[in-house]
Amino acid sequence: MKQILLGNEAVARGAYEAGVKVVSSYPGTPSTEITESVAQYERIYCEWATNEKVGAEVAIGASIRGARALTCMKHVGVNVAADPLFTASYTGVNGGLVFVAADDPGMHSSQNEQDSRNYARAAKVPMLEPSDSQECKDYLVHAYTLSEKYDTPVMIRLHTRISHSRSVVELGEPQDLIVRPYEKNIDKFVMMPGMAIKRHVVVEDRMRRLAIDSSDLSSSIGLHQMEIRSTKLGVIAAGATYQYVREALPEVSVLKLGMIWPLPTDLIRDFSQKVDRLIVVEELDPFLETEIRAAGIACEGKALFSLLGEYSASKIRSALSEEPAPISAVGDNELPGAPGRPPVMCAGCPHKGLFLALSRMKLKVTGDIGCYTLGALPPTSAMDACVCMGASIGMAHGFDKATDGEESKNTVAVIGDSTFLHSGITNIVNAVYNQSNITVLVLDNSITGMTGHQQNASTGLDIRLRPAPAVDLEAICRAVGVTSIRVVDPVDTYETQKVIREELEKNTVSVVIARRPCALIPSGRAIKGKHTSVDYSACKACGSCIRMMCPALTEGSDKMPVIDTETCNACGLCINLCKFDALHKEGDNK
Amino acid sequence: MTQNAELNTTTNELNPTGLRLNIVLAGVGGQGTLVAGKLLGNVAMRMGLDAKVSEVHGMSQRGGSVVTYVRIAEKVYSPLVEEGTADFVLAFEELEGMRWAQLLKKGGTLLLNTQQIKPLPVLMKKAAYPVEISQTLEDNTDSESVVKAFDALSAALSLGSSKAVNMVMLGAMSYYTDVPLSLWDEAIADAFAGKEKLIPMNRKAFEAGRNLVAGKAT
Repeated sequence: MKQILLGNEAVARGAYEAGVKVVSSYPGTPSTEITESVAQYERIYCEWATNEKVGAEVAIGASIRGARALTCMKHVGVNVAADPLFTASYTGVNGGLVFVAADDPGMHSSQNEQDSRNYARAAKVPMLEPSDSQECKDYLVHAYTLSEKYDTPVMIRLHTRISHSRSVVELGEPQDLIVRPYEKNIDKFVMMPGMAIKRHVVVEDRMRRLAIDSSDLSSSIGLHQMEIRSTKLGVIAAGATYQYVREALPEVSVLKLGMIWPLPTDLIRDFSQKVDRLIVVEELDPFLETEIRAAGIACEGKALFSLLGEYSASKIRSALSEEPAPISAVGDNELPGAPGRPPVMCAGCPHKGLFLALSRMKLKVTGDIGCYTLGALPPTSAMDACVCMGASIGMAHGFDKATDGEESKNTVAVIGDSTFLHSGITNIVNAVYNQSNITVLVLDNSITGMTGHQQNASTGLDIRLRPAPAVDLEAICRAVGVTSIRVVDPVDTYETQKVIREELEKNTVSVVIARRPCALIPSGRAIKGKHTSVDYSACKACGSCIRMMCPALTEGSDKMPVIDTETCNACGLCINLCKFDALHKEGDNK
Repeated sequence: MTQNAELNTTTNELNPTGLRLNIVLAGVGGQGTLVAGKLLGNVAMRMGLDAKVSEVHGMSQRGGSVVTYVRIAEKVYSPLVEEGTADFVLAFEELEGMRWAQLLKKGGTLLLNTQQIKPLPVLMKKAAYPVEISQTLEDNTDSESVVKAFDALSAALSLGSSKAVNMVMLGAMSYYTDVPLSLWDEAIADAFAGKEKLIPMNRKAFEAGRNLVAGKAT
């Protein structure tokens, strides 16, 4: 049977067909839909983990106990999961173990465009790179065979254009759930120096064998494809880039790599001898090029192509072909510019009231990863730094220590509920222990928002939306020794400001929890029919409500606000901003 | 059934006979471009063709510009539709039609829903919404291209739901292709599997879109 599946859905289908028993992941674009889709297969145990390291460790445990296990993450998630990954490479597996890393060249939704392939080389594990949805499914199934045959975790590298493209997939028959017998084996699974020294020998031997075995096209271990067409030009490519090359240069010979680490050096040498000119086409780092050159095989690569961003068929065509670019119907005519639709906080977004308070207070703000990073942009422009998950708290502590506590009088850390659980807790323990004076604002909107509304440990629901224990954020803060904990409703923006001001004055670690559900989840949505209305007789057209840039409240021809009642969430933030009592909740007029 | 067969059967040595279509679905978050894209993929599969439907996800938010690329052929490689290669641009909103017109190939067809959804910079009076977009697009595209503007929102609303705009757009597109109507019918049924009571209304919206452009074409 054939279906059109998203690359990510095809990965989930592959897990199902491969008899995977345990899946544990933290959400991250563009990887999130894999684990969401896995949740549709009832027989698979799956969960949202608190972070990628935890997800990886759950999968490693399941594998050691004999189950086939999977953990999925975005490229920067691999940084978090790197610690267990590097040593799982030494222990190897019992049940097959797969790490999926979804890269985001072009940074559609990421803070950097690191190249995950470097991790496969550094951790000494094989990596496969599928180029469409069919391969997403097939490579995943193959990864489990490889994992168990070569006793190694296997990485799969995805890409925004592969994860988020739908293409035709021929479905296979699911295998039974696989849980292999367990035998205690401390030489293999307890990594102390004496054991690890011996395991390193095994690791190097495994990678050597994989390089040799995958050079043999007839064995299909490496999933490579040698396509000989014109021999004037030969291209080595994998994944999305392979598709662009085939689109742009239908006549050239291509060595399509399935397993991109370790490299099939003999096969590449063989290919290089069949063509007059060898070019490696790869996005981001010269990963393949460097290795191929190191093997003594002459090739070209980054001299012709950028280290930055995404490639496309047209970029490859313009670099390697004389063929003119297609001409648009618009030709050289200049169309009037189309105003953009920039990302903004939604109508009813709880972060808006909080960031308005921070903006009025002119505070230094160390930020974190989530929808609230938009607070760095106008109209609030209230953020000074944003680096990675959980960093806000450590950075604020750094501000404190860099100025002997002085800067803590006008600095706050902002961090979401999911991000706090992901990697904020260890930071707050550090701040308490090291006698910081920081003020931490936990933006608790009861969901993991930016990745598309996944549950987390504080929301009271599991991945299948069944009731689950809800971790109590205040209790965590109390337990680690935070003595000043306040809870505010960020829509009450002036009260929020007052509380933050009080906490900044304290020479201790303070936590202010700004609590209100995301406006896009059931508990945060407006009640049908409820919205805000304008009393035009009272409005003085001062513009204070308009300046907050709510998508539901805009400026009319007379400088007075106009409310889009369909979009309005009736959150009441504009009412709180109005000094002339001109805004009211509908049905609430005095 | 075929109004303009040469438009959608561009042949080349890789694909000597088959249908080969690049389609851009451009709109605003919530307008149903993605459902329309999946439906086109389904139609392609029913014709025994290869298809790729590519979504662009940005940061999760409402009201953003969204574009879905659909490519249909014997064999599809790149999931992207690039400048000057779209046989069809289905603009679910006027401004988005302007934004993505560059992708239309010479001799392509741009179907423009005249609905306007003002972006925030316009609402905030920091930018102006361009005027007379359909005329501008007609004036600035080559003579072989077709720019067809119509009010898909009114058509959808008259059938009961603004959500059916996507079916009106697909119906309009169907007029310019030689895909058998029965395949569209089946694909619409598939798209609403589990919500069967919505099928008749969406089929009517599809028909309405087809009639809208047919009326103007005569």
